[in-house]
Amino acid sequence: MNNILKAKNLKALIGIILIYVIVQALIMVGIVDDYYQILLVMICLNIILSVSLNLITGFTGQFSLGHAGFMAIGAYVCGYITVTVKQEFSFLIGIFAGAIAAALVGILIGIPTLRLKGDYLAIATLGMAEIIRIIILNVEAVGGASGLSIPQYANWTWVYIFTVATIVLLKNFINSTHGRACISIREDEIASEAMGINTTRYKVIAFAIGAFFAGVAGALYSLYFYFIKPDQFGFMKSIDILVIVVLGGLGNIRGSIIASILLATISSYLQEYPELKMVIYALVLIVIMILKNKDMTKFKKFITEKILRRQTAV
Amino acid sequence: MPLLTVKNLTKSFGGLTAVSNVNMNIEKGELVGLIGPNGAGKTTVFNLLTGVYVPSSGTIELNTKGKPVVLNGLKPYKITKAGIARTFQNIRLFKDLTVLDNVRIAIHHEVKYGLVPAFFRLPSFGREEKEIYEKALKLLQIFRLDGKKDELAKNLPYGEQRRLEIARALAANPDLLLLDEPAAGMNPNETAELTELIEWIRKEFNVTILLIEHDMSLVMKICERIYVLDYGMVIANGVPEEIKKNKRVIEAYLGEEILNA
Repeated sequence: MNNILKAKNLKALIGIILIYVIVQALIMVGIVDDYYQILLVMICLNIILSVSLNLITGFTGQFSLGHAGFMAIGAYVCGYITVTVKQEFSFLIGIFAGAIAAALVGILIGIPTLRLKGDYLAIATLGMAEIIRIIILNVEAVGGASGLSIPQYANWTWVYIFTVATIVLLKNFINSTHGRACISIREDEIASEAMGINTTRYKVIAFAIGAFFAGVAGALYSLYFYFIKPDQFGFMKSIDILVIVVLGGLGNIRGSIIASILLATISSYLQEYPELKMVIYALVLIVIMILKNKDMTKFKKFITEKILRRQTAV
Repeated sequence: MPLLTVKNLTKSFGGLTAVSNVNMNIEKGELVGLIGPNGAGKTTVFNLLTGVYVPSSGTIELNTKGKPVVLNGLKPYKITKAGIARTFQNIRLFKDLTVLDNVRIAIHHEVKYGLVPAFFRLPSFGREEKEIYEKALKLLQIFRLDGKKDELAKNLPYGEQRRLEIARALAANPDLLLLDEPAAGMNPNETAELTELIEWIRKEFNVTILLIEHDMSLVMKICERIYVLDYGMVIANGVPEEIKKNKRVIEAYLGEEILNA
């Protein structure tokens, strides 16, 4: 079994390095300019956010509408540390501090709320994210409503590294006995407990891990986009992330990655049409969801027979 | 000392007393039946034994290592770790997971590697995962489900789903196995196969078994002792021969056909 793993890993490693090399080359040649670099970073952050939310909601079955709250904690803790501690690599400390802070809040909130299920849990997580946002709003030390300015310490390379690390670590977790424990909770909580799994503990673990990586994404956001303010991390941001997860498929990491790329690209392209942006975005989402679930055989038959004028076998 | 000691077990839901002053002793290695008309409280007893319900009064003690452990109020996962595993009356498999994963999840509570080895694929992860895989595969081979190990549980035919439920419960490595109507929905051939399987499991896994069942052919054939429940109370307790002739039992079932197995 070990030999098969090594070959798969080698392929993945080559793929990861190849993507980086190609993009870097495109940057150096000038094809990928600032606009596209920003898009790349947005895609990567979306990936981190959606894959981490997928762990909580898709794999463990806990409906969380407060992911932006964890992102906010990561962004602000990292931003504050980076701005106050003027050391060479303080931003790295900032990223980890932000992620750990987010994880701790995830645990703190997880323990009391995880008795709740479904819609009630969603409301509780939504409330938690709002509380976080409002607390930050009132902390003058990080700028309150006026926001916080942070020099750009992160570049696309750092973001890429953290994105790859997130995907690898989360995949490793899911394909382990602990990951299976989480998935069993989604499948049937009563049976899961009956098979010896401490479901409360694993729900909290899932929240903590998901929050940790959301914190990483928040921290990277603060280090790249120069400026953060509380209302960037509101309810709509949580919804945006959830939309990516659902579009890609609950419990489907590859789907989250594809959906992250798709939606960030569409969203970025729609910046040119500020009035119609949300309308078109919503319509595109609806069309994708319909096409995704529709049985494509009838449609394919129509195309082959009418458009391509080819007879299909009866 | 009996493996399981149940004293004056009572469970009320508001005004309704589902289980009333039930006393049971099960010795290590026994195969005991729990029968009674529908609604008698049999599954409620199972739920009490496995921690799904908390007893209103009475005690449940498990004695696996010489020292009795009181199970009252323990959460279900702790009771499973203490040595009791169960199957469910209406099959609670992890439907969208593979046959293999269903079994591997039941092995989880004995796995030692932590989160860090999982995240960073440390050697202990590789070693233990291999052990888990081999344990699970061996169990599936015994239950003739290894050919379908990568099938989703929901795609198995009914009989195989029931077998998988039992295999999964055994994967949790119990001292006491609770089977809740394992023959439900089976035809006489399948029931005969199941009867053999249960007897064989008992010997091969050295496990004590408490069995809820309506199919009297199965119960009378393999149970060494039988408890009869009616309206939440034990109305009879003895060997199959005695139970067959017990007037109160016959009355409770309202019809001699049921007991003429």
